[in-house]
Amino acid sequence: MKITLFIPCFVDSFYPQTGRAMVRIFEKLGHTLDYKPQLTCCGQPPFNAGYWDESRQIAVKVLDALGDAERVVIPSGSCGAMLKVFYNELFIGTPREADARALGEKTFEFSDFLVNELGVTDIGAKFPHAVTWHDGCHGLRELGIKTEPRALLENVEGLELREMGEAATCCGFGGLFSAKFPSISVAMGQVKTKSALETGTKYIVSNDGSCLMHIQGVLDREKRGMKCLHLAEVLNQGW
Amino acid sequence: MAIAPEKIEVPAGSGAAHDDNFHNPPEKPSAQFHHDADEKTADLRHRELIQSALGKYYVARAGKQSKFQNWGAARQTAAEVKWEAVGHLDQYLREFEEKITARGTKVFWASTEEEARDYIVGVIKDAGARRIIKSKTMTGEEIHLNAALEKEGFEVAESDLGEYIVQLREEAPYHFVFPAMHLSRGEISDLFREKLGTAATDSPEELTMIAREVMREKYIAADVGISGGNFAIAETGMISITENEGNARLSVSLPKIHIAIMGIEKVLPKMSDLALFLPMLATAGAGQALTGYNTLLGGPKQEGEIDGPQEFHVVLLDNGRTKLLADPEQRDALSCIRCGACLNVCPIFKNVGGHTYGTTYQGPIGSVITPHFKEMQTWKHLSSASSLCGACTETCPVKIDLAHHLLQNRRNAATQKPVWWEKWAMKGFAWFMNQPRLYRLALKLAPLAQAFHPLVKGRRLDPLYVWTAGREFPKVKRETFKDFWAKRGNLG
Repeated sequence: MKITLFIPCFVDSFYPQTGRAMVRIFEKLGHTLDYKPQLTCCGQPPFNAGYWDESRQIAVKVLDALGDAERVVIPSGSCGAMLKVFYNELFIGTPREADARALGEKTFEFSDFLVNELGVTDIGAKFPHAVTWHDGCHGLRELGIKTEPRALLENVEGLELREMGEAATCCGFGGLFSAKFPSISVAMGQVKTKSALETGTKYIVSNDGSCLMHIQGVLDREKRGMKCLHLAEVLNQGW
Repeated sequence: MAIAPEKIEVPAGSGAAHDDNFHNPPEKPSAQFHHDADEKTADLRHRELIQSALGKYYVARAGKQSKFQNWGAARQTAAEVKWEAVGHLDQYLREFEEKITARGTKVFWASTEEEARDYIVGVIKDAGARRIIKSKTMTGEEIHLNAALEKEGFEVAESDLGEYIVQLREEAPYHFVFPAMHLSRGEISDLFREKLGTAATDSPEELTMIAREVMREKYIAADVGISGGNFAIAETGMISITENEGNARLSVSLPKIHIAIMGIEKVLPKMSDLALFLPMLATAGAGQALTGYNTLLGGPKQEGEIDGPQEFHVVLLDNGRTKLLADPEQRDALSCIRCGACLNVCPIFKNVGGHTYGTTYQGPIGSVITPHFKEMQTWKHLSSASSLCGACTETCPVKIDLAHHLLQNRRNAATQKPVWWEKWAMKGFAWFMNQPRLYRLALKLAPLAQAFHPLVKGRRLDPLYVWTAGREFPKVKRETFKDFWAKRGNLG
């Protein structure tokens, strides 16, 4: 199968290792890969701010570039939800409505794609550490992804998953929200890191790099010594 | 712009401050929100208190949800019943009016909060009454009833324990279901000691007994009882009141006159609908199987009956609800049964607390409906103050799509009256993101700029100050994913 990777802006610039891990994993599974370097952003920031015209200006480029893709895979529940759920709202009643729906149907978040589309739950990874899991909100509640990443982690040799009390609580990022209401955003981040620390693990793993960017930012300010890893990075270990 | 009912003067030292936004009426609600949010999020004692109170609620609620044969199916049915009711309000409200009027009840249709207040004050004046006992009514809070009544010189007592506590503190309810959840037992004991001269105690039972003793006298002395209503049943012409303390029953049955005020969206088609909605409200709202007291009231004292009020008035309030009804995207927000579950799961609410909202209805539902009930531009900040995590939508027992409604409010606010600098920032952002070469160049320069970042990091000069005041900012990598891809030879 030919898989087109959609690499969100924050993965491209801050966490390219997540993208590299996906490439290695999909190639191990025998798939061909494609990537559209002209794509920069899914258009979520203006969409969330209420400026849908500006969001559409970015999103049409995504529709154009991914129109002929066979399957699109995204290492983020948030950008995944943008393409899969919110593009439908954004383009409703416009000439691109059908394109948006078609793109949504062939777009998948990384763990969802591995488990539900490829039927793979064991990559053959080894990671001899205890980790805790963070459910990114958009992946969890817009896309309904909860069991898939856990199934993948379960098959990582040596890995012990210790769930935190606040696994499904928002980390406080919320895109522009984190800049418009920084005090609330940081407080939410602190609730998350406190719960993660209580598990006694060294790693917070998630399927959403944008959440991890926020959580790592709070952890580093608190000098907690915990490290955030994308699920793909964990699955990329030990082989 | 309905910031607050500024026209009503607040009698000094009265319980009139019980209404929202009375503290700083001239301050812009968005500025007040930011200010109070900064203060509350830094208050770790508050964070701990609310986390711990709600922790108990989650456990209780999960237990009671599991008693439903199928909670998901119950939610779906509830959503459908409310959708039917809200979709045919004209029909069901008229049926309700006809049935309840036939038993001697007076129904008043109030378009605005002023009309509702004026009617209620008129009824009390006509009766020559002076002393009023109230049971919990959020619709009463919405129309700033206490302030209006006290301005007329009436004596108003809240009989719900939580409401009584916040009335004594001269503040608005913190949460529309749990008005005093922000207070510890010690604080309540101190309040009673100061205001009522009672002895200090840490026992919830003793605190309740103190309030009960005060209340008993007020019930007997009251001329008028004012209540809200949780549901109006069209089929039988009755209102349903749900409470845990028995105070509402006493408030509406002992005084000569009972005035109930409720929003027009509270109507349910059939009596049998209560079989679902009473346990659902109790479970979602408080983690109870059923609330302690559920009362149905169908009119004033009838011939041959030995008790009940001589007069019964029902005020049906619009106050912006028909505006919401006219919005095809957000009409389902009128299905709300005011259980407060969306507040209880909302990480914003848990961190900023109820008073920060400055509204009658706090939390996600309040952020959705307040711009419709009042005015969009003044209250749009509440829809932005959300990470859109969707916990509200996930938990709502009547399946209101709250998180998406917050997004729609943001879009409507920006379309109606864009903030000029935001509009230009977004235009600039869209333009920049559509210039891949420029974007790539910026990414190449970013590591260089970031090398100098420590010089200003976390200070006001820092362009990333909003982020770095409380968090570290990630580093842009020298080799982006695109660079990696190009190196593999995939790109020319």
